[in-house]
Amino acid sequence: MSEVKKYPAPVTNPETAAFWDAAKEGKFMIKRCTACGEAHYFPRSICPFCYSDKTVWEQASGEGTIYTWSLMRKSPTGPYAIGYVTLKEGPSVQTNFVDCDLEKLKIGQKVKVVFKPTDGAPLPFFTVA
Amino acid sequence: MTIKGKAYIAGIYEHPTRHAPDKSTAQLHAEVAKGAIEDAGISKDDIDGYFCAGDAPGGAWPMVDYLGLNTKKLRHIDSTETGGCSYIIHLGHAAEAIAAGKCSIALVTLAGKPRTGAMPPRASGAEVDFETAYGATTHNAYGMCAMRHMHDYGTTSEQLAWIKVAASHHAQYNPHAMLKDVVTVEDVLNSPMISDPLHRMDCCVVSDGGGAMIVTTPEIAKSLKKPLVRLIGHGEAMKGPRGGKDLDLTYSAGIWSGPRAFEEAGITPKDIKYASIYDSFTITVLMQLEDLGFCKKGEGGKFVADGNLISGVGKLPFNTDGGGLCSNHPVNRGGMTKILEAVRQLRGEAHPKVQVKNCDLAIAHGTGGLLGVRHAASTAILERV
Repeated sequence: MSEVKKYPAPVTNPETAAFWDAAKEGKFMIKRCTACGEAHYFPRSICPFCYSDKTVWEQASGEGTIYTWSLMRKSPTGPYAIGYVTLKEGPSVQTNFVDCDLEKLKIGQKVKVVFKPTDGAPLPFFTVA
Repeated sequence: MTIKGKAYIAGIYEHPTRHAPDKSTAQLHAEVAKGAIEDAGISKDDIDGYFCAGDAPGGAWPMVDYLGLNTKKLRHIDSTETGGCSYIIHLGHAAEAIAAGKCSIALVTLAGKPRTGAMPPRASGAEVDFETAYGATTHNAYGMCAMRHMHDYGTTSEQLAWIKVAASHHAQYNPHAMLKDVVTVEDVLNSPMISDPLHRMDCCVVSDGGGAMIVTTPEIAKSLKKPLVRLIGHGEAMKGPRGGKDLDLTYSAGIWSGPRAFEEAGITPKDIKYASIYDSFTITVLMQLEDLGFCKKGEGGKFVADGNLISGVGKLPFNTDGGGLCSNHPVNRGGMTKILEAVRQLRGEAHPKVQVKNCDLAIAHGTGGLLGVRHAASTAILERV
């Protein structure tokens, strides 16, 4: 299980390109609406809450807590743990937990973002803080 | 406007196969269509409405052509795709079309062969770059729901296991069921962990097969020979992570589709004699029972324990065909078979060992997509007339 898992490169599109450009610099971005003040994830140009188009990019702290998780015991690429992390900034994001003991994950546990390389932009994952 | 009492399920058919490497998917659709048409006692050429979902090869127009439907007569087509609950949504849409005079005899088909070969991947939405790499599957998406439900409400694996135990009690009487052995709570807990906290026996089977139904007007239904079963309430809904705001995976869209259906029917969960609840996983059933109002949120574990879902034993007999957990799960979509067993119960055609006495009101409820990510739900309330 020591071999590095290969992740698909994001296809990206004009709406989300800035997220992936920032990811290349190790920055984890979210979108915030300047009309209603709400942050959201994954990023959209139109706020999903108030439908304002006044959304702006914001660098997130990359810190959060585990909302839930599930350890997939078998897969063609080995076991992996999927879950949701509730970011300090509010939104919950779907992710995988990496570089930690997957059998010991706990709801409420503090985690932080880490990026893993792909053939394109790197992908955000979370590990125990 | 209401669809209450405006549409009847006049014909049903469930394919007996659970493994069909020797048949084509379109052929299975035709076989279940033929079965439902014969059950209703109508002619194929009288069908003027056709409903299918993503499992129909090529979609509606190749199916209509392949099935040889009467295109001079066919005047209402609906290919709403909401995963496993598509067919419960189709039932509601067929009733709407019938009530509006847009068709009078609708055929709904489902069929496919995921046991013979892998299904094509689900088409991605705008979330693709932000989710696909994380490998959400049915197992772990429902595992995430179960994990959080346990955290918030103290639900246990033992309680979830009772749902499988109840299904297995029913499946022993279904000659077509894939898994006919009665299992215990210990059997479920001792089965391998698939995706925490779900064990193998918390998961439904993978099967080939299919099912179909004929939905028609009250007048036509009364002219046919089958016991009368009508739709009196229907609801549909969707739920997703909503930009990550206030994520709560302990409830489903059933929390909205259920009350809509009950309100239209003018009844409450207490009136229901038999429940077909989509059982892709044990947690699916537990959450749906709460969302539909059979018990309070968080009390599903207590509700399903000690055989409460076993026909003749508990207060709410469920999935008396053995459901997806034991009988079949054609095309990884459980909505159609939920309707079919509810109709059998209302007709008095369920196996005598599991037939609910005086079964006059039943619910068929399902979800589609991934409960832990984004999904649809649909609820149908059926009455024996």
